[in-house]
Amino acid sequence: MAKISVDGVEFDAKEGENLLQAVLSAQLELPYFCWHPSLGSVGACRQCAVIQYADEEDTQGRLIMACMTPVADGMRVSLEAAHARDFRASVIEWLMENHPHDCPVCEEGGECHLQDMTVMSGHTARRYRGNKRTFENQYLGPFLNHEMNRCITCYRCVRYYQDYAGGTDLQAFGSRARMYFGREEAGVLENPFSGNLVEVCPTGVFTDKPFSKTYTRKWDLQSAPSVCAGCAVGCNTIPSERYGRLKRVHNRYNGSVNGYFLCDRGRYGFGYVNDDARIHKVGVRAADGVFDVISAEEGEEKLGDIVRDGAIGIGSPRASLESNLALKVLVGEENFCTGLSSAEDALMRLILDVYECGGARIPTLAQVEEADAVLILGEDVLNTAPRVALAVRQSVRNESLEMAEQAGIPLWQEAGVRSHGRESASPLLVASLLPTELDELATHTCNGAPESLAAAGFAIAHRLNSAYAAGEELDGPTQSFVDDAAAVLSRAKRPLVISGTSLRNDGLIKAAANIAWALKAQGCDAGLLLTAAEANSCGVGMLGGGVDLDTALRAAAAGQALVVLENDVTRRADPDLVASAFSGSTAVAVLDSLENATTESASLVLPAATFAESTGTFVNYEGRAQRFFEVFAATGETAPAWRWLSKAGARAGRNDMHWQHVDQVVEAVASHPRLVGVADAAPNGGHRNAAGNRVPRAPHRYSGRTAMNAGVNIHEPKTQVDEETPLSYSMEGAMGDQPAALTSYVWSPGWNSNQSVFKFQQEVGGAMAGGDPGVRMLDAEPAQVDFAQRYRPLQTPIGAEGDGRFKLLPTHSIFGSEELSGRSQPIAERGPQAFIVLGAAEAARLQVAEGMGVRCPELDATFAVRVEESLAEGLAVVAMGLGGLGDEVPSERVTLEPDPEFVPPTTLIARG
Amino acid sequence: MWSQLRSLGTVFKHLFTRVETVQYPEEMPYLAPRYRGRIVLTRDPDGDERCVACNLCAVACPVDCIALQKTEREDGRWYPEFFRINFSRCIMCGMCEEACPTYAIQLTPDFELCEYDRNNMVYEKEHLLIDGVGKYPDYSFWHVAGKAIDGKDKGEAQKEKPPVDVRSNLP
Ligand code: SF4
Ligand code: SF4
Ligand code: SF4
Ligand code: SF4
Ligand code: FES
Repeated sequence: MAKISVDGVEFDAKEGENLLQAVLSAQLELPYFCWHPSLGSVGACRQCAVIQYADEEDTQGRLIMACMTPVADGMRVSLEAAHARDFRASVIEWLMENHPHDCPVCEEGGECHLQDMTVMSGHTARRYRGNKRTFENQYLGPFLNHEMNRCITCYRCVRYYQDYAGGTDLQAFGSRARMYFGREEAGVLENPFSGNLVEVCPTGVFTDKPFSKTYTRKWDLQSAPSVCAGCAVGCNTIPSERYGRLKRVHNRYNGSVNGYFLCDRGRYGFGYVNDDARIHKVGVRAADGVFDVISAEEGEEKLGDIVRDGAIGIGSPRASLESNLALKVLVGEENFCTGLSSAEDALMRLILDVYECGGARIPTLAQVEEADAVLILGEDVLNTAPRVALAVRQSVRNESLEMAEQAGIPLWQEAGVRSHGRESASPLLVASLLPTELDELATHTCNGAPESLAAAGFAIAHRLNSAYAAGEELDGPTQSFVDDAAAVLSRAKRPLVISGTSLRNDGLIKAAANIAWALKAQGCDAGLLLTAAEANSCGVGMLGGGVDLDTALRAAAAGQALVVLENDVTRRADPDLVASAFSGSTAVAVLDSLENATTESASLVLPAATFAESTGTFVNYEGRAQRFFEVFAATGETAPAWRWLSKAGARAGRNDMHWQHVDQVVEAVASHPRLVGVADAAPNGGHRNAAGNRVPRAPHRYSGRTAMNAGVNIHEPKTQVDEETPLSYSMEGAMGDQPAALTSYVWSPGWNSNQSVFKFQQEVGGAMAGGDPGVRMLDAEPAQVDFAQRYRPLQTPIGAEGDGRFKLLPTHSIFGSEELSGRSQPIAERGPQAFIVLGAAEAARLQVAEGMGVRCPELDATFAVRVEESLAEGLAVVAMGLGGLGDEVPSERVTLEPDPEFVPPTTLIARG
Repeated sequence: MWSQLRSLGTVFKHLFTRVETVQYPEEMPYLAPRYRGRIVLTRDPDGDERCVACNLCAVACPVDCIALQKTEREDGRWYPEFFRINFSRCIMCGMCEEACPTYAIQLTPDFELCEYDRNNMVYEKEHLLIDGVGKYPDYSFWHVAGKAIDGKDKGEAQKEKPPVDVRSNLP
């Protein structure tokens, strides 16, 4: 710790940290633009100028850029000195010379860092009388608007997009006063993390396009802390509502999980909440096959009747723990299935078994970034757990960070660090079915079928420690990958092994565990990250079910009643089995939010609330229980699924599930030994701050309260009282001292933009005040097991059988593979056309080439062909969730034939 | 006794002073254009809706009686999909008019806003939008703003240079 004197007042600061960060951590106000806690300092904007004095005698001092100056003990600086203030005021005046008169029609207005800094610097009147420079804008795809006139040349966008996210299609062009930030030519911004530009750009150049269509100012948005439902990473989000519609999703900082950034699936994948296909009423199928609307009471009664004599319950990895638990209690453990496909369920059990052995650390995303060697075994993380890929990208920098440290370059000195360590990267080893986007960073890659990747994994573990059994013989390239991997990983201090469930192969997970355990035994701090597919896959796996999905469906086919919770089972099981379950079952009750193939076949449909209209808990890949809060009240009969289930239970005469309040359900979840931590994921409904206040969902300048409902009724409704959570449905309450799990929006006086988040952190870019939200529930002490013997290779390689049929393997697309986000318009627009990947030989045999079509009669589907040299004969890879496919590939081999009628995908996306 | 006589005297004197009482409603008082009464939404000199749905009036309103929703026209102009003022709440303070960056919202000297049914105090855009420019005959926000709309491309607003040719290095 160093002591620095700022305007005569002493503060503690971290030695070597940059002065701007230190000043902000001390809660002082200093304007800045180009510095960003995750992007470091480049000293481009000159806005953070302060005066530094040599010693006590020095009264004149010299002007320095705070963001480029390391803190030293005894440092004396002034933020308030007239010279510094004038300088900063001049800088902002220059920046504003060409600035358009746009604030009223600018989506940044009201949360604009440039507005805030302009006010803070005291620049109020334009003196420049000349003409303003202008730019043409570009079409950038369905996610972002472009309005270049508003640029202040801070370079944050390209530094984020290129350096941080690895994008190549956004550049800085031109020179001097004509700097242009955009694409070489108009077109879709390709990087799947492009949406973060909305928050990274301090001005309104890049703004949220879907949000802009029905734009609302930040001060008018009602928001609540939430958790992304897009995948198992569990990024923290702030979804916002106005007039009963979910308007946008913003990042909610969590130092251990997502930090400052989300992926585009998470940011733009919420559109289904506002969809016309939402179910808002209770429907029962009449004799003629059409749904009749019945009242909520009748619906409860009917559901009660269905479960009275026992029913099979199918849970869901996209429903909250609370709803899953309610179903589990209602139908009984032996009749409850997690709702994961049978294959995935087995893998989830395996993952929990691995974690419960406690052999290696489960890394947070922040720890992924710190890993100094990463091995990815089989999982295409960019498409299955996107934010993990962004973290892995940062881990590759560790080598150059270390070099910079040795050379005495402060790590925040972005340009210095990057140019010093230009060519050096920490090892990244990618073993994958198909080439992945991360390959460009990888030091070693290898492609193969899941079984051979698993064999490679077992071989690596064997290389590290011969007590671990090796698998089959490997081919030459795979063997050299194994040799390199073993060498590289055993040199690392914080190696990390990543795998997951997406290829539906248990060997990969076992091999990954073996490698991590073998590394751990060598004494290093090994991490093991195993991703699952959906937001609550891990949670529902921990809750556990007595039967798996196929067994549950067979029981239904044999005449058992069926209750399906937020699950389109047609995506997860064999279509024939599902069909026989629906026809054989005495009654099929479905609770869901959107119409889908399962609700189509139901005899009773109950409208379930989405994440935005309910409060509940998701458990992410690391076993972190995180609470999401109701953003706005559901319309119509829509209610959280657990509430329907609990009411139905009461109707069926059950007295053990009379839950009125979400906290009671949370308690019931927490009585499960594995899930005790759930109770502490966020404060319960009774929480108030020291002064007895709730946390407001709406900012204090929320407008229009006495007019928004006046069109319906002049008598203003009573403000809705939130019975369930410590949040209020208005601006009443206090924002600022809440626990991090309750941060419903970020705002601080003078800091209207999301930059204000530092006011809620312990130190700038560190953990949230009071600790990052969420409770980790899977950390285990090493168990008394024989790690080396626990998982042994047992793989039968599948080769072509010479019958010309194909074994289908799954691949995923960040846009389109996940069910609900795939039904959101901007995501659907970015999703690829259904495709199939064939090896070069097989493509030749079928006489198809890249871009042509093949048909699969068994699946009744047509795919665009992609050709991948390396793919073995007899294999074909299809993208899940696209073109009518669900989450599973059929286990039987299929036939493929060229489709002459295939229309190639149009690459033109309608402008607008 | 003295005070009663003095009162009588004062009253008597008033018989000869000028009458201030206006026989409203038979006789209408003069109200200056800047008088703050019923609120209207005005139009550009070229006849288009002035309001760009920026929400500044709504946030400035101390009784929160303005609610609106932004939407966009084909030609790129922002405008309110709906615009509602609840006059049963409005206190005619004029803060909205002061906040408005486009001179769209203006208070008029019409103060006759009484209704038997309170519901009739809720004015939607169709009730608010007038056909004229109100107190500001010349101002057109879109000719000042940098955002392009059909008919006013980049570089064509007031005090704008033509768009930069990024590919040129000439000064
Ligand atoms: S970027 Fe900020 S200052 Fe510029 S027009 Fe938009 S809101 Fe106004
Ligand atoms: S576009 Fe935004 S982030 Fe990029 S340089 Fe301009 S102001 Fe900075
Ligand atoms: S990585 Fe997953 S959790 Fe995070 S924003 Fe993307 S979809 Fe959501
Ligand atoms: S301030 Fe003016 S332009 Fe903005 S919403 Fe109100 S009336 Fe429209
Ligand atoms: S923030 Fe220091 S120069 Fe930009």
